[in-house]
Amino acid sequence: MHNFKSSLGRGRSFWHIIVQLITVFLVAFLVAILWINLNRNLQQLGIQFGFDFLKQQASFDIGETPIAYKPSDTYSRALWVGLINSLRVAIAGMFLATIVGIFAGIARLSDNWLVRNISVVYVEVFRNTPLLLQLLFWYSAVFLSLPNTENKISFFNIVYLSQNGVQFPWFKLSSEFFALLMGLTCYTGAFIAEIVRGGIQSVPKGQWEAARSLGLKPSLVMRLVIFPQALRVIVPPLTSQYLNLTKNSSLAIAVGYPDIYFVASTTFNQTGRAVEVMFLIMFTYLTLSLTISVVMNFFNRMVMIKER
Amino acid sequence: MDKKTLILAIAPLLVSLSACSTEVANTGNTSNTQATQATRSRLDIVKSRGQLICGVSGELPGFSFVGSDGKYSGLDVDVCRAIAAALFDKPDAVEYRNLNAKERFTAVQTSEVDVLSRNTTFTLSRDTSVGLEFAPIVFYDGQGIMVRKNSGIKTLADLKDKAICTQTGTTNEQNLADQMRKRGIPYKPLVFEDVNTAYATYVQGRCDAVTSDKSQLISRRTILPKPEEHVILDENLSSEPFAPAVADGDSKWANAVKWIVYSLIKAEELGINSQNFAKFANSNDPEIKRFLGTEGNLGQGMGLPNDFALRIIKHVGNYGEIYDRNLGPKTKLNFPRGRNQLWTKGGLLFSPPFR
Repeated sequence: MHNFKSSLGRGRSFWHIIVQLITVFLVAFLVAILWINLNRNLQQLGIQFGFDFLKQQASFDIGETPIAYKPSDTYSRALWVGLINSLRVAIAGMFLATIVGIFAGIARLSDNWLVRNISVVYVEVFRNTPLLLQLLFWYSAVFLSLPNTENKISFFNIVYLSQNGVQFPWFKLSSEFFALLMGLTCYTGAFIAEIVRGGIQSVPKGQWEAARSLGLKPSLVMRLVIFPQALRVIVPPLTSQYLNLTKNSSLAIAVGYPDIYFVASTTFNQTGRAVEVMFLIMFTYLTLSLTISVVMNFFNRMVMIKER
Repeated sequence: MDKKTLILAIAPLLVSLSACSTEVANTGNTSNTQATQATRSRLDIVKSRGQLICGVSGELPGFSFVGSDGKYSGLDVDVCRAIAAALFDKPDAVEYRNLNAKERFTAVQTSEVDVLSRNTTFTLSRDTSVGLEFAPIVFYDGQGIMVRKNSGIKTLADLKDKAICTQTGTTNEQNLADQMRKRGIPYKPLVFEDVNTAYATYVQGRCDAVTSDKSQLISRRTILPKPEEHVILDENLSSEPFAPAVADGDSKWANAVKWIVYSLIKAEELGINSQNFAKFANSNDPEIKRFLGTEGNLGQGMGLPNDFALRIIKHVGNYGEIYDRNLGPKTKLNFPRGRNQLWTKGGLLFSPPFR
C-alpha cells in the first residue's frame, strides 16, 4: 500500500513536469512560427526589421515639450518627449481620480439625500458613456468654448482661464492637457467611486457601531476605523483602474495632446516602420503597467491585515 | 491525483493543443497564399476580381468627396474611375475605401487597397523606405496657411508664438517645422489625427492658423461655417506634387497605373475628349492610332486591352475635363490651373510618347 502511494506520487510530479514542458514547448513553437511568418512577410514586402531609424532626424514639431526638443533631434528624443507627456498626464490623472473617487464613493453613502444623489448621477453618467466622447466634450464644449486670451477669465488675478489653457502664477497648462486630464479623472473617478463604496460597505456593521459607541464623531469614525479597513478591499481593484487610466491616456491624440502614442504614430507614418513602432509602444505600455502593478502590490501589502 | 483529475488537467491542454495546431496550419496557409500572390501581379488579381479597390480621402471636396447623391466625385476619384474604365470598360467597378493620412501607407503595404489615390505628396522617403511606388503626378500643389481675416496676420513672421493646427501623418507637419526652423520663429503646433477635428479646433479659435496643401485649404474653406471670414496667405511653404501610389515591387501593376495616368494627359495634348473621341476613330495620324489602339498593340504589352485609352476617354474624359469638372472655374473651388496646365501651355503636365 505504502509503495503504491509513493509510486503514484512520483507519477503525479512526473506528469506535472511533462505537462508543463509540453506547454512551454507549444508556446515557444507558436511564438517561433509567428516570428518566422512575420519575417517572411516583411521580406516579401521588402521591409527590413531594425531600430536604426530611431537615430534619424525626426523633423516634426511637438506642441508640448517638457524637456528640450527641436525638430532636428532624433526620433528617440521625440519619443522620450512623448513618454514624459504621457507620464505627466497619467500621474496627475491617478492622483486626481483617486481624490474624486474617494469623495464620490463616500458621498454615495451619505445620509444627505442631495449629496447622495449628486454622486449617483455623476457615477452613472461618467461610467456609462464612452471616454472618447467625454474627451471631445471636455475639449470642444468646455475648453474651446472659453473666451480667447485677450478676454481671459481671472480668478483673483492668480489663475487665468482661457481657450489656450490655464495660467497659474508659476506655470501654464494647455487646454489639450487639461481636457485630457479632466476626461481621464472624471471617467476613472467614477469607477473608483464604486470601488470605494464597495470597500466601505464590506466593513462589518459592528465596526461602525463599535466606533460610534466610543463616542467618535462621524468624520473620525470614517477616517480612523472604517476607511483603513475598507482599504484592504479597495486597493486591489484600484490597481486595475490605475492601469486603465494609463492605457486610456493613449486617446490623447483625439484632443491634440502629444503623448507617446501620438509621437509613435507620427514616427511610424514618416518611417513606415509599423512593426518596430508597435513593438516599442507595446513595450512602453507594458513597462508602465508593470511598474504601477509592482508599486500597488507593495502598497497592498502595507494595508493588508498584519498577522500577529 | 486520481485519473479523473488527471484527465481534467490534460483535457484543456489537449484542446489548446489542437487549437494551436490549427492556428499553425492557418498561419502556414496564409503565408503560402501570400507567397503565391507575391508572384502574381496585382494587375491579374484586380482583373480576376472584376473590381478595383481604391484608397481615397473621402473628406476633400474636389479630390474625393461623397456628394448628396451618395456618390464619390473628385480628381482622385476620377483617377480610380480611369483605372477601372481601362481594365473593365466599367468606370463604376471601384470600391472606395476612406483612409486617413496616418492609415494610408499601411493600407497600401498590406494590399488592403490596390491603389492609393488620395492627394498624397510624392517624396523620396515614401518612394523608398515607406515602400510605395508612385505613378505620375496628377496635381501640383503647394502648402499654404489659412488665417482669420480679422487676425491681422499677413506673413509667417506674424505667427510668432501662435498656435497652428494641422493633421498628423502629413508632409504639412514636417514642412511647417522646416519653415519655422529656417526662419527661427517659435510657434505651437496642434496636431490632430482627424482632419475634421483640426479644422473644428481652428474654427473655434484655439488655433490662429491652420496649415495644409493650398488645394485642401481652398476646398475645406468652402465647407467652413463662414468661408468669407478666412483668407489664405500668399506664402508657399513647400511644393506638394500629388501622385497616385501602389505597393513597391510589382512593376507590372505600377506600369499599368502609370500609363493610365499618362493617357489622361496625352489625351488632352492630342485634343481628344469624351465628346469628340468618335471623330478620331478614323484618324490617319499614327500617333493617335496607336494611342486609341486601332493600330499596334501598346496595351497588350502591359496586360491591358489595346483600346484602354479610348475606354478611359469615353467614360472619364481627358485630364482637362477631369480638372474642369472637379476644380475648374465652374466649381465652388475655382482653383486656377497654373502649374497643372499642359507643358505646351506653360504648365508642368507632360506625357512621354505612346510608342
